[in-house]
Parts: sequence; structure tokens; C-alpha cells
Amino acid sequence: MELNYVQFTKEMKKDYTILVPNMLPMHLKMIIQIMKTYGYHVDLLETTGSEIAELGLHYVHNDTCYPAILVIGQFLQAIQSGKYDPHKVALVLFQTGGGCRASNYLSLLRKALAKAGYPYIPVIAMGLSGIEKHPGFTLTIPMWHAMLYAVLYGDLLMDLVNQTRPYEVHPGQAEALAKKWTDRLGEEMGQGGRVSYRKVKKHYREILKEFAAIEKRREDKVLVGVVGEIFVKYSPLGNNNLEAFLIKEGAEVVVPGLFGFCFYVVYNTLMDYQKYGMSKLAYPVYKWAFSLFLKKQRDMIAAYEEIGGYRAPTLFTHTLELAKDYIDFGVKMGEGWLLPAEMVELVDQNVKNIVCTQPFGCLPNHICGKGMMKPIKERNPDVNIVAIDYDAGATQVNQENRIKLMLSNAWRNHQKIDKPELVTQKEKRLETEKKPEPVPI
Amino acid sequence: MYHLATSLGIDIGSTTAKVVVMEGTQVIYEKYERHYSQVRSKTRAMIEEIRDLLQGKRFSLAISGSAGLGLAQSAGIPFVQEVYATGEVVHELEPDVGTVIELGGEDAKVIFFKGCLDERMNGSCAGGTGAFIDQMATLLNVSVEELDQLSLEASRLYPIASRCGVFAKSDIQPLLNQGAKKADIAASIYQAVVNQTIAGLVQGRKIDKKVMFLGGPLYYCKGLQKQFVQTLQLKPDEVIFPSYARFAVAMGAALYGDKSENTFTYETLMLALDNPNAGTSLSNRTRPLFSSQEEYEAFQSRHKKATVAHCDPQTYQGDAYLGIDCGSTTTKLVLLTKEKEILYTYYSSSQGNPVGIIRQQLEEIYHLCADRIQIRGSAVTGYGEELIRNAFRVDIGLVETIAHYTAAKYFKPDVDFILDIGGQDIKCFKIKNGAIDSIILNEACSSGCGSFIETFAKSMGYTVEEFAKKGLAAQAPVNLGSRCTVFMNSSVKQSQKEGATVEDISAGLSASVIKNAIYKVIRANSPEELGKNIVVQGGTFLNDAVLRAFELELGCDVIRPSIAGLMGAYGAALYAMGLKESQLLTEEELKKFTHTAKSAVCQGCTNHCHLTVNTFSDGKRFISGNQCEKGAGLHSQEAELPNLYAKKRAYLTQLKGKPGKRGKIGLPLALGMYELAPLWHGLFTALGFEVEFSGLSTRRTYEKGQFSIPSDTACYPAKIMHGHMEELIDKGIETIFYPSLSYNIDEKQSDNHYNCPIVAYYAELLRSNLHRLDSVRFLYPYLNINSEKELTKELYQYLHPFWPDLTHGEVRRAVTAGFSAFDAYRTQIRQWGHEALEYARAHGRRIMILAGRPYHIDPEISHGIDKLATSLGFVVVSEDSVCHLASKPSIHVLNQWTYHARLYRAAQYAVEHPDTELVQLVSFGCGVDAITTDEVRSILEAGDKFYTQIKIDEITNLGAVKIRLRSLLGALEERRGQCGA
Repeated sequence: MELNYVQFTKEMKKDYTILVPNMLPMHLKMIIQIMKTYGYHVDLLETTGSEIAELGLHYVHNDTCYPAILVIGQFLQAIQSGKYDPHKVALVLFQTGGGCRASNYLSLLRKALAKAGYPYIPVIAMGLSGIEKHPGFTLTIPMWHAMLYAVLYGDLLMDLVNQTRPYEVHPGQAEALAKKWTDRLGEEMGQGGRVSYRKVKKHYREILKEFAAIEKRREDKVLVGVVGEIFVKYSPLGNNNLEAFLIKEGAEVVVPGLFGFCFYVVYNTLMDYQKYGMSKLAYPVYKWAFSLFLKKQRDMIAAYEEIGGYRAPTLFTHTLELAKDYIDFGVKMGEGWLLPAEMVELVDQNVKNIVCTQPFGCLPNHICGKGMMKPIKERNPDVNIVAIDYDAGATQVNQENRIKLMLSNAWRNHQKIDKPELVTQKEKRLETEKKPEPVPI
Repeated sequence: MYHLATSLGIDIGSTTAKVVVMEGTQVIYEKYERHYSQVRSKTRAMIEEIRDLLQGKRFSLAISGSAGLGLAQSAGIPFVQEVYATGEVVHELEPDVGTVIELGGEDAKVIFFKGCLDERMNGSCAGGTGAFIDQMATLLNVSVEELDQLSLEASRLYPIASRCGVFAKSDIQPLLNQGAKKADIAASIYQAVVNQTIAGLVQGRKIDKKVMFLGGPLYYCKGLQKQFVQTLQLKPDEVIFPSYARFAVAMGAALYGDKSENTFTYETLMLALDNPNAGTSLSNRTRPLFSSQEEYEAFQSRHKKATVAHCDPQTYQGDAYLGIDCGSTTTKLVLLTKEKEILYTYYSSSQGNPVGIIRQQLEEIYHLCADRIQIRGSAVTGYGEELIRNAFRVDIGLVETIAHYTAAKYFKPDVDFILDIGGQDIKCFKIKNGAIDSIILNEACSSGCGSFIETFAKSMGYTVEEFAKKGLAAQAPVNLGSRCTVFMNSSVKQSQKEGATVEDISAGLSASVIKNAIYKVIRANSPEELGKNIVVQGGTFLNDAVLRAFELELGCDVIRPSIAGLMGAYGAALYAMGLKESQLLTEEELKKFTHTAKSAVCQGCTNHCHLTVNTFSDGKRFISGNQCEKGAGLHSQEAELPNLYAKKRAYLTQLKGKPGKRGKIGLPLALGMYELAPLWHGLFTALGFEVEFSGLSTRRTYEKGQFSIPSDTACYPAKIMHGHMEELIDKGIETIFYPSLSYNIDEKQSDNHYNCPIVAYYAELLRSNLHRLDSVRFLYPYLNINSEKELTKELYQYLHPFWPDLTHGEVRRAVTAGFSAFDAYRTQIRQWGHEALEYARAHGRRIMILAGRPYHIDPEISHGIDKLATSLGFVVVSEDSVCHLASKPSIHVLNQWTYHARLYRAAQYAVEHPDTELVQLVSFGCGVDAITTDEVRSILEAGDKFYTQIKIDEITNLGAVKIRLRSLLGALEERRGQCGA
């Protein structure tokens, strides 16, 4: 068969730098550490700024999804920055495939590279369904294995930071602790060889204990969940620093982890078999993976419960149970049924305020996001959801104004409305210079 | 809680600022003013005005409104979200209100109080708001007050897309051109706002009485009030239009402030407002248009060269040639000497009456000519070409592209790229070997860029010239994005709040218009792709800031003729120079000339086009607004040309149900059903069901279902599905079937065979949002239609619980019957395709592959474009009738959708056959087509073919489509002429 893409060869592995777009910093830093041990030179792109979207718009149709515009813009900016020799870089894209147009990011990136004059740069699609062959880039079982733990650790750390940060007495402690652990775990998993699961479980407990030991204030916050299209949900570049904004507004942010998405991908293959009689060969493998994942999740939840002090994640089978009356598990494009499932999972965890993020014009989200809000609101009258569109042309003021409305209602439902928390820092400075620190409630 | 006596509420919306002073729940002072985005200084000034009222008091205070957030933060003043504030105030003052509808400058809000409190705001596209009404008033050339007055005198309503200002503009322009009454248009605009609010925000939720209406537009516009009350069928005692409609948010803010712990005095407030922290944000800026004075001077002198010689008409004697460009918004005339010098020019807005303007201009010209000058030839081009040609007996009617090319060639004989940005449209042509090689016209989202700058300049109190000049001097132009003018407008407002200057905004807008043209319309990545010799024209390029932004973006110099705005007319005049004797109405005939326009509804078919019948003094009639030739009273042979779209429609509409033992089953004829109708029809008929389809869509179908649509940026074919469901339920059908199909039929021609997410899972959305479906049995099983065995198994499992007497064998036989019906349909389509191609070749007709999706054959979705194409002399075939005849093209994207894979192969067929053209139909909001359009275009262009794309939505301006198709024809003819020579 004719090869219509540039391969990443074994020679390239020696001195090429592989660029990875940023989405979930904690997860990716550990994954990169793992890859480094196996001889790859990997760089995580952490650039920000409006130039990224601008550059992306030059090379991608602006009716395409915003994440594609951002990821491609970020790559091109890095390549053109002079920091790398364009003849010595390769790019990695995360792709899950499926009927959404997002499966075309790979082709769009290649087209963009060709247009920008870099047709020779190899692009590697990383995902569960590897269609293309790159002799210099092979993910071995031990690597997959280690990456699975990177995802689990990443979810744990992200969740604990989210649950700690709004309350910490010494700001920055939670972040610092998470950094310490990502460095340590990345290095540990980067030793190569098999990751010892006993050690992993031990680490869970150590991490949980250390976070629990952080000094916290008892401060009343509203819980706000963030769900949505995977890129704008997680990436601050994609969602205009949504998490930071919510924290500033006095919320505790709850973001369902990446492991749920892994479950979702696996579960969809099971559904293909059950619904359509497809994927007959893969079925047993995925079934095994599903029970493996479930065990891993159970073990983590056990650690949460043992140490205490933190809200544990929801077991995936319970999420399925919660969601089954809202949408069929056959809806598998984009975030598919996982999106409403995460919303009801949040509601079940008593997180009644939800921001549903999506790129402007996102196809699956017409159905799974905006299309599911009505039944979710009807069956959970106290739930408070706002849908926010992200786009290169959308203004932040309009986005934040809608989030603020959601927050106002959140506070009202919280019975806290006669003590406005908003803009408190500066109010204090202006009006009550001599007043002591507000007493924690 | 302090409960001070005095409380101040400030509401800063996107366009206006409101201040109230309250004592308890009593308003003792109120003020409402436009802030022109000078948020800080306006607020300061408004507070200063009430110095006497506040001095010496301690008062509480809160700010609200979308533009107030930044100010509140920098000044350390409590902030309350505006919808929340409204909710609070209404709850306190009018506890028996059930629903609040509030329209602001850029936001529309609805609050439901009964049951569970629900507060809603509109999405990203700012349709149906004050800004929208402002824009529409500008378009009609009236003030907002006049618009309101006009609306009260309306006698009929036209359908106008309301979800976005850009779309609405594209609907109104042709209405104006057709001579529709302004009063009717004004009322239609209001109705569009009402529909948008109800469809987009209420979304089928019950509107509890009483209903309170708030916000500036609903306070001022009596016509809008009237239409809301009528549409919602409210009785007088169920409606509240409070006197404080404009101040509700400010009052809510005051009440909110009253509950907070912070208090202010006049002095501390003023100090807070002056907080230097609130400096100008310089983020998101771009480079200035000129880095030095020298650069600016070089630019000026370079562009002075492209001028045309003028000749004094008072002294000139001899022959002259007239060119008329009757565009969508402006009318232009040029009179030339035989040496191509300009004798006379005219450029003005059409004001909805091009015939009147041209008549007046012709009189003027005849007067000017006296006995010295004889008009030897005349030509007309543009939207109004046919109308004007018929009215004044103009010699030649010319396609715009040719007119523009003719003119550009005069300035640069070896021109290879022309970009024309007018008020409404962006057009560009590539020239290769002296012939037009490709034509690119903007679609709805890019329209109105030029006039947007003009409108905006005016709103800031500048002329376009002054505004452009300011842009040239900008130090740090703001980046305003390039999606569309609605998004740009909102970006402008944000940047103003961040302290951007008029200079920076002017330059930023110029750059945005250019980026929109280059990256959205032309889709180019480098100047090399455009050409070496670029001519830019159109009224918008007279703006030097736009011109400079274009040169900067491309990194090369271009030519802008001094008559950039007149190029169409100039080209027409040049074209007319080939004539010896003109048939143009003489001066005497002109004196007797009369013209009346009357609206009528065509009864030629079920489409019922709204026609405008023009009658001239010599009794000649000219009809516009018709989708096909029938409307024009003609029955030409063109209408009989083979049309696969019509044939497919006929096939599907003759599929009738047979009464059976299992009762009726309803199938909605929309989305994927268009392709698979024969399969499900055959299958269910065999199972003993009486199959009933919902029938072809009409505008009414859409309107029926629009109230349950949760996402208004979804495509029209999906949105119309709601109406089909309603129609089936209205028919009393108790079982409805629309399956969920992740995978479509595998035609073995692509990497995978998915449906798009919308086609695949729309049933889930319908079930969740269309409540009436709860009263019927809605079947939407997940099925595999690529294996008879699997399908049998799945269907049996799914249906058996509902019909326990059903047997597996019965289902198996039914599946087989269904597939044989489906195969028969597919074979028939290919057979018809074959016949159409043969007919075309036997009769020397051009072939058009009208390439879209199966559901694009719906007359309401494709708006009769197929008929228009046959009336222009094309034999129309569909993508699925010819794609099997082509070889496999090389594709650079993931080819994984069944419907879309056909597009690529159909494009390949066009490449392989010189007599075949492909026109791609794209539904607005189709995310998948953002990928396919680029790919189809590259297949066609690699094969030296024209790429024509027509974007369609709930309403489509057929006039624009016609121009597009005629441009294609014109270019084809020209190319053929070249080959023959």
C-alpha cells in the first residue's frame, strides 16, 4: 500500500524532538517522563496567548472545531519559533477515532503542515486504535502499562489539588505538593521495567495523607463541576482559564478525570459488539480491559475511603447506572453519552452547579450536551447548568457573564446570598482597611 | 444587614448605562444613557450629576450589567449578575409575575418564576436583541423610532432569519431590492425577534402568566410589544410593561447592594471609580498598519498611480458608452468616451428603489449629453441586472464576474487575481491564461463586512473616511477575530471596555475584514496562492486602512484603482464599447416611463414563492422572486430538462402505506430517512404495518417544530426534523420510527462508513426535548444495517416486546424485502443518472452534479436550487447517481462518512468529464463540511475545474445563488471561447 504520510523512523528516534500539545499538565508530565526513559526526546508545549488561535486560523478552516485550530496553531508556533530545528521535530496528536469530525485532526494537521511548508514533519497519532505504522515509535506493553498509572496518578493529583486549593491556608501548597509527586512518580515510572502495583497503592495512600495534612480553612464554597468536550474541558488555553476564573469567584471546581474517558472508549467497543455484532475479535480483549480498569478504580476509591477527608471518585459502573435513563450508550461520537453521564454523576456527588463547555458548533454536543440539559434539569430540579461555547471569535466577557449567572444561582441555592463573596478582596482593601480577617464560617 | 436609607444601583449593559437611586423600594432618581463604550467616564459623569443627592450620605451600592464587571472589579464595588438582579427585583416588586422576558443590547434573557426558578440567556449568536434591531434599522435607512412607527402600519409578514444579524441582513436585502414595503419589513423584523426569543430561549417551556417585559427595546418599541403580545396570545391583564422596564436591572443592583456590608460616600465612590488599576489592557493587540511616516508616504504615492483619465462632459463631443452596476445595496453608473475616459459617474445606495434611481440618473445623463454626446452602447450587471435591462431596454446584460474582470484588465492587463469587497459581498476571481479560472464568493457568515465598518463608524460619529484615517494612525490595533460581524461587534465592545481607542479599533476592524476574506472566503495561506498581479476593488477598499491591512496580511503590494467602487459599472461600459447602436430608452420614452411593483404569491406549485410583479409603461412585465420559470409565467423547455432531485423526490413521495394488521407506523422524512426510506418502507410494509411518511417539508414544518430545538447552531436539516415529528403526531400516529445508526451503509469506498453525529443520534435529542413524543411509542433502536442477519436479530429483539406475535422468520423476510426495495431504489437512481447523462450529451447540455446529502433534495432545505439550475440550462444529477462512475480520487482527509465519501467521488467524476460541473450544497452549521468543502475544492481544482459552493440555511437568498450559478456559466462560456479560438 502506498504510504501517504511521513513515517517516524528509527533514525529519527535518535535525535528528533517529539512535541506534545498540552491538555492535562500533570498527566502529561508523567507520560512524558515515561517516554523519555524509552529513549524519546519529548517536549510538552505550554505556550499560551491569542497568537496561537490566530496562527491556527491561517491554516485551518475556521468552521472547524476550536480545539483543532488551537492544537495546530500551537504546533506551528513552536515549529516557527526557532526553538526547534524543523527537520528534527515530530508531532504527537491524541486521537480516539470515531464518527466525530475530530477524527480528522490528524489529516488537518498534515494539511496545515504541508501548506506552511513543512510537509516532511512526521505526525504520530497516539490512541488506542493505532492505524498507522511508525517504525521509530512503538508503544510497548510496559509503556502502556506505565501510562495507565500515569493517568490514574494524574487524576488523583488533579482531583486532590481541586479539592484542596480553595481552602489552603498557605496558597500554593497543594500545587507544590502535586508537582513534587508528579516529578517523583514520573521519575519512578521512568526507571523502565514493570510498575509495581503494590507500590502504586502505597503511593495513593501517601499522596492522600500528605494532601490531607495540608492546613485548610473551613470556608464555605459552592461546588462547580466542569464537563464538556475533552479539550476545552481540560485545557486552560481552550477554555480561557475557566478553572482559575471559577476559583477566583469562590468556587471549588470538580473536574471528572481522564480515566472516565478511557472507560468510555473501552465501553464503546463493547457496545459495538453488543449492538451491532461488530468488533468480534476485539471484544474479549476489551472486556478484559474493562474489568481491569474497574479493579484499578475500585482500588483507588478504597484508598480515598481509607484515608478519608476527600470526596472519592464515582465507580464507573455506578455512573453507568445513573446515566442509563438519560441516553443510550450507543451514542459514541465525541464525548457521546459520557457527557450527560458525567453531569448526572456530578449531581449524584451533590455537585449541582455545572459548566458544560464545548467548542462553538460542536456536532456531538448538540445532542449530548445542549440536547440533554432539558431532561437532566427536569429530573433534578435543583441542578444549575450553563452551556458555554468556546471559539476564537467569542468574547470572554460574554462567557464570564453567563458563568456569573450560574454562580449567582449557585450561591442562592447555597443559602448564602446575603453574604456576597464576590469581589471581596478589593472591597476589603477599600472599605475596611482596619477590619480583621473575616472569620471563617 | 445594614439597610441604609439610600441605595445606588448602576447597570452598565453592552450599549447603555442606567443609574437609579432608591430609598427602600422607592426609586427617587433614574437616568438612562448610551455609553458608547466609554464605561468609566460615562459612569463617573452620571454619578457627578447626582452629587447633590448623595453628598453627605452613606449609601450602599452595586454594579450590574455585562459591561460593568470590569469596572466593579477594578473599583472594588460589589457586582451582581444582571439576570440575577432582575430576578430579585421582580420577585420583590411583582410577586405574581410568572415569566420575565428581557431584551438588552446584546443579550436576551428569559426568567421563569413558577415551579423551579429558571434563568436563561441567549447563546453566542446575538440574534434577536437591541443590537440586532439597531442594525436592521440602519439597513432600512431609518431610525429605530421610525422603524417602530413603520412596523405599526404593516399589512403582511415575510419570513426573516432571526438567529443572527448577518443572516437576517441577507434575507432583508433581496426583499428591499424586490421593492417590498418598508413597513412590512419592519414588522417582519420584530416578528423575527419574537420568534427568536420563543424558539431560542423559551424552548417549549410553558410561559406562565403574568408576563413581564423588560429592557430598552421592549420599553421603546411599541410594535415589538404588540407582536410579543399577539404571538403569545396574552390578554391585557396578563401582561406587564412596567414603567421601570429599562431600570429593572439597576434596581436589582440597588437592592442587592443594600444587602451587602459595604457602604460608600460620594467621595469614596469617586475615588474608587478613579482607581488607576483599571488601566488599559494591551493584551491581544497586533502591529500597527504603518511603522513609519516614510512607509505611509510610500503607500500613498504608490496608490495614486492607478487612476483613470476624466473628460469634461460639457465640452466633449461624440460617442459614449454607458455601464450600470445595480448591486445588492448600491447602484453605480459610469459613462465613458470612446477613449475610455470618464464623463460621468454615480455611486449611491439603492435605497430599495434601483429603478427610480436609474431613471433619474438617465434623465440627468441625457440632460448632460444634450446634442453633443450620443450613447452608442449600454450594459448592465449586478443583482438587478434583469430588472433594469427589462425596464430600460439596456443592450447587454452582463454577469458580474465578467464586468469586473474587464475593468481590472484595464488597470493591469496581466491581472491574475481580483478581490472585490463590497458592502455586502466578497467576491474573488483567479485568472489563468486570460480566462477566469476560479470564482469564490462569500457565504452568509462573511457577508456585510464592508457595511459593518460603515455602520460602526457612523455609530461612533465618524464618516467612513475619517474612521479609516484614524485607523492608519493606530499604534496598537486590537485583534477582533474573524468569524463574522456579529462576533466582531461583540469583540469591539469588549475591547472598548478595556480601553481601546477608536484608532486601534478602526485598524483592528480593517484587519478583521481582511482576515475574514483571506482565511474564510478565499481560504488561502500565502500570497503566492493568490497570484502575482493582484487587483483589489469594491467600495470597501476605498478605505485605506483596509487596503493597507490587506497588503500587510499578504506581505505584497497590490493595485487599487481610484474608481475601486465603480469597477462593475466601468467594466460594463467597457464591454458596451463593442456595440454600434444602442436600444436604450430614449429621452422621450424616459419621460413617459412608469413603473409599478406589486407583490403576489405564485400558484405554480406547492412552493408558493413570493413574487414581485413589475409593470412598466409599455405594458411589459418583469417578475422576480420566483424560484423557477413557472413563476415568470413561462413554460420553457428548460424546465423539462432531466433533474435527478425532482425524480428522487417523486420516487419517495409515491411510497405509500398499505393497511396492515399491525396498524400504522410513522416515518419522519428528514435526515437519514431520505436515504433509507425505501428500506424501512419495504421492511415495515412486509411486517404488516401501514407506513406513513411525514411528507416533504415546507417552511411551516419548521415553524411547527422550532420550539423544541435545544441548540440553534445545529443544521437546518436537523432542526426541521422537529416539525416532521410534530406532523406525524398531529396525524394521530401512535408509533414513530427513526433509528439511531452510528454506521451507514458500507459502500466499500471509504475508510469507514459512519453517519455524522447529527444523523446518527438525533433521535436521542428528540426524545429528550420533544415532550409530545412521550405520548406516542417512539422507536429509535440502534441498528446495524450492513448485515441482514444482524439487522434481523436486532430488530426482532427490539420489536418483539411490543408485538409479541412477531416471529423471527417474519422479521427475516421483512428485512430481505426491505433491502430489495432499497436496492431497487439505488439501482433506479443510477439508471436515472445514466439517462440524464446520456440526454445531456445527446442534446449538448451542460451537466451539473448538485452534490449534497440525500436530505438536500427536500424542497425546503435546498430551496428549489435544482429547478433554478435546470432553468439555467443544466441537466441536474445528484452525487449518488454518478459517484459510482468515477475512479477513486486521492483524498487527504480521513474519509469516514458514507454520504461524504460520495462527494469526493462525484467531484472526481466532474474532473474526468469536461461537460460536467459540480456545485456543492452545504448546510450552515454542518461541521463535517468544514472538512469536506476544502477537500472537494482541491479535487476539483487539481482537475482544472471550477469549485462552486452554495451554503443554505432556513432562508436562502436565491438571487445570490442565481448570480453564483450564472457566474459559473459565464466563466464556462468564456473558457470555451478561449479553447475554441
